[in-house]
Order: sequence, then C-alpha cells, then structure tokens
Amino acid sequence: MQQVFTKAMARNIFLGGAGFFLVIYLLLAYDSFQQIPIRDHAVNLTPSVLRGKYLFDTNDCIGCHTVNGEGAYYAPELGNVYKRRGPDFIKAWIRSQPSGAPGRRQMPNFHFNDDQLNDVTAYLQWLSNIDTNKWPPNIEG
Amino acid sequence: MNYQSQRVAKPYFIAALGLFVGQIVFGLIAGLQYLNGTFLFPALPFDVVHMSHTNLLIVWLLMAFMGAAYFIVPEEAQTELYSPKLALITFWVFLAAGAVTILSYLFVPYTQLAAMTGNAVLPTMGRGYLEQPLPIKVGIVLVALSLLFNVTMTLIKGRKTSINFILVGSLWGLALLFLPAFYFPQDTVKASFGWWWVVHGWVEGDWELILGALLGFILIKMTGVDREIIEKWIYIIVAMTLISGLVGIGHHYYYTGAPAYWIWLGSIFSALEPIPFMLLIAFSFKTLLQRRREYPNKAAMLWAMGTPIMAFLGAGLWGFMITLAPVQYYIHGTNFTAAHGHLAFFGAYAMIALAIISYAMPLLRGRIANSMVAQRWEMTGFWVMTTSMIGITLALTGAGIVTAFLQRAAEDPMGFMQVQDKARVFFWIREFFGASFFLGLLIYLRSFFFAGEYEYANEMKQALSK
Repeated sequence: MQQVFTKAMARNIFLGGAGFFLVIYLLLAYDSFQQIPIRDHAVNLTPSVLRGKYLFDTNDCIGCHTVNGEGAYYAPELGNVYKRRGPDFIKAWIRSQPSGAPGRRQMPNFHFNDDQLNDVTAYLQWLSNIDTNKWPPNIEG
Repeated sequence: MNYQSQRVAKPYFIAALGLFVGQIVFGLIAGLQYLNGTFLFPALPFDVVHMSHTNLLIVWLLMAFMGAAYFIVPEEAQTELYSPKLALITFWVFLAAGAVTILSYLFVPYTQLAAMTGNAVLPTMGRGYLEQPLPIKVGIVLVALSLLFNVTMTLIKGRKTSINFILVGSLWGLALLFLPAFYFPQDTVKASFGWWWVVHGWVEGDWELILGALLGFILIKMTGVDREIIEKWIYIIVAMTLISGLVGIGHHYYYTGAPAYWIWLGSIFSALEPIPFMLLIAFSFKTLLQRRREYPNKAAMLWAMGTPIMAFLGAGLWGFMITLAPVQYYIHGTNFTAAHGHLAFFGAYAMIALAIISYAMPLLRGRIANSMVAQRWEMTGFWVMTTSMIGITLALTGAGIVTAFLQRAAEDPMGFMQVQDKARVFFWIREFFGASFFLGLLIYLRSFFFAGEYEYANEMKQALSK
C-alpha cells in the first residue's frame, strides 16, 4: 500500500487541488464583482450615502448589530431596518439613546447632527435595497 | 529541545496564555451584558467588550502560532534559527502593538481613534476582527514579514521536511490573506465579499494547514511513528481542506448581496468541509495506536488527541449544521453561528495552541515532561475547559434556535429584543459555563507552578505496586 500511494502523490494532490480550486474561485469572484454593483444598485452610492457609511463604520455599528446577518448578535439587523422602521423613527431612535432603562441593552449616543443623521439614514436606505436572495425571511430581520 | 535558538518560543507561549486570560475576562463581561444591558455602561459599551474579546483571541492564537514556528522550524530544519535576536525584538513589538490596541479600545472612543490614526486617508476600521487602527494593521504586516524572513531563511539553510514546507508555506498564506484587511471598498457588498478572504481564508483555509503541521510535528515526536506516513496523511488532510474550502467560502455569500449561484456552489463545497476534520481524527488515532513509545507527557498527548475531536465537532459538525443554504436562511446571523464560532475556534485553534504549548513548554524549561502532579492539574484543566466550552456551545445553539423559530420562521414573527428575552435562560447557561471555563483555565495555569519533572523510576514503582 505504501508503495502504491506515495507521499509525493499526496503532495501533488494537495498542490494540484489547491491550485485548481483557487483558479475556479478567482474566476467566480471576478464574475461576482461584475454582478454585485447591479445587485446592490451601486449607482445610488451618493456622497450622502458614503458619508453615512463612514459614520456607520467609524462608530462600529456592527460591534453590536448585524448587516445582512454579519456583525454581532447583540442588537437588531440593520440591513432592512429602513423598511422595518422608516426614516423618521430611525432618526428619533438614534437621537434618544441611551434609553437608560434598567437592565435593558444600551446603545450609546453618537452625538450626530441633523446632516449626519440624514447621511446615516441614507446609507441604511441604500442597504435596504440590496438583492440578498430574499433574506431575511421577514421584516423582523 | 535540540537547538538553543528554540528558546525564543518561550516568551511567545507565556504571552499567549496571558492574552488568553484577557480574552476570557472580556468574554465573561460580554456574557453578563447579555443578561444585564446596563452592566458597565457607558464606561464599556458592548461593542468595545466584544472587539476586545475577539481581537485578544486572534492575537493570542497568532502569538502561539509564532512561538510554535520559532520552536518547530529550527528543529525540523536541524539548524539554529536564522536570527533569534530578530525573533525576540519581533515578540516585544507584537506584544506592545497588541497591548496598545486593546488599551486604545478601552480608553479612546472608536470614532476618535479612527480620526487620530488616519482612517479617513485609508479606511480600514469598523469590520469584525479587523477593528484595529491603520498603524496597528501596518505593524501586524511588519511583524509577519519579520517572522517570514526568519523562518524562511532557517528553512533554506537547513533540512527540508514536508512539515516545515507546510508550516512555513501556511505562514506565508496567513500573511498574504491579511492584506485584504487594507481593501475596504465603499460598496458594502464588495467589502463583505472581500472581508471573508481574510476571515474564511484564515479559519477555514490557511489555519487548518497550520493545525495540520503542528499536530503532525508533535505526533512524530510523541509517538515515534515514521515521518513518511505522518507527512503523507497531513498532505491529504490539507489537500481536502483547500479542495472543499476554497469554493466553500460561498456559504458566506448566500444572503449578503452576492450572485445566487453561490447558494448551490457554497452548499455543495462547504458540505465537504468536515471531511478534513474526519481525516484528522482517523489520522491521530491511527498514529496513537501505532505508537512506538510511551511518551511521558500525558497531558500533551491528551491535548493532541482532544484537538481533532473537538475541531471536528466545532468546525465540522456545528459548521455543517448551519452551512446548507435552506437551513442558513433561518439560522444566518443568530447565536447558532456564535455557537459554531466558539466551539470551532476553541476546538481547532485554541486546543492546537495549547497542545503545542503543552508539548514544548516542559522542554523549554529543561525537562521532557512535567511531574505527574503538574500533569494532573493540566489534564483537569483540559476536561473542565473542554466540557465548559461544550456547555457554552449548547447554550448558544439553544438561543439561536429560539431566534430561528420565533423571529425567522414564525407566522407572526416577534421583534429582535422580544426574542432575546425569550432566550434569556440560554444566556444564563452560557454565562454559567463561561465562569466554569474560566475556572478550568485557572486550574490549567496552576499546572505551570509545580517544580520538578516527570520521574520514570518513581512512576514505574507506583504503577507496579497497584
């Protein structure tokens, strides 16, 4: 048995298999990058949306929340929050934090001005229009 | 220990264990915040605790992997490390960078940290596991380059073994796969797609190669089984890792905006990802049965045998349960994923790190194995930590299932916070097992504070008198 299947053969399976599937993956990734801007409506990435995204990232929103299921599981999904709550609720909510209700999970106040609130909301609106293959199953995220 | 320069591994291992303690402390705080949302707020908001917990995990595992590399590469190459001094300087740089990172999370608001460190010039912050400010990310690259230079030069000048090729090759892979951390496009879907190059590329690809190399090395040493047989196994195992895992990355692309064909491709290939872990179990137990000697370090053997089993459960089984697209449709982004993450990180990577530390630390301290008293403490630590992590995993799995039923699959779905209240009992169970995990860690650490080594004569006499 040992003579039939040598270490060199095992190594070649490793190198050949890894190389083959890496090429396959890279081709698929290339194709995905062509389709993503259509699926997520990248044309709508306005300066306001991008400013909102920068605020979103630099305040570590995904340290508690998820976006399309990715992030932390301490607070609600934000990928579809625009559709779930609407712009006015979102702005009022962010402004009123933290609730201070005893024992309830707390969200910090990020001291956004009105322009910044509009930007963050615009980003959340952009997120809510991504084609995510019909995920989440319902509006609750 | 055959080469003086292997000694540089010691500070890496000690620091790894220190950072491990920090990781668990933040884990306990985060778990308490699930139960009492105002705990330590606003001093320590949940996201800060969370990023400290996950970043410390990465840093301590990298510390342990680097220590392992500095220990193994010279031994395999049968030559001294190219530059022990560089390895030592790199250690202090890496430790300082890790400490500065965590302290800056704790004491500087994240927005301010971003503003202070040039994030506006090249945005990289605000992604899971990759929260570090830009200068720290650059520092990580420099540390990696220093490690790669040192081990590659050692490899070149010495004996070339397959273990060393896989180990050094996977360290190159680790460094290369970190580079997408600097690619943070403004298109969130592309950003998420590329984020997985780092995260999936590490934990479901490259790190499995490191795991294979480390386990192969210590089993060659402890069992005396022919190197040719062990290295052949390792090649097959890591081949299966990449054959399944490269396209298997598609299981992260189902519902994040990527094209729909990933639903098929990701399901098929990621369903194969448990195979390398099954092979790992078959390999280690076959090797154990064929052992040509009784290695006196029983604790190291326990870690080495526990790793493939727990890695299979956490990465293989728990991963498989949530990987198929129709299942993930309801489970994606719930605590079921966190359950898988905990058992996989612990079972595969924390345990292989503890296995190599268990094997190498006695040698670094001038003995083949610790005294039986010390080993018993260590093995008790093994069992308490391992069973506790299974408890944490089951609790988080329960919480995830509650979300799946009440929030995702229900006719009349409940809101997020309402569902979290329903899952409260599971968060209590998780915290209970978190505390017992911490106890297990303390028991484990206690084992380092016994003087004396394993004495054959004494142990034999005791064994015979029974």
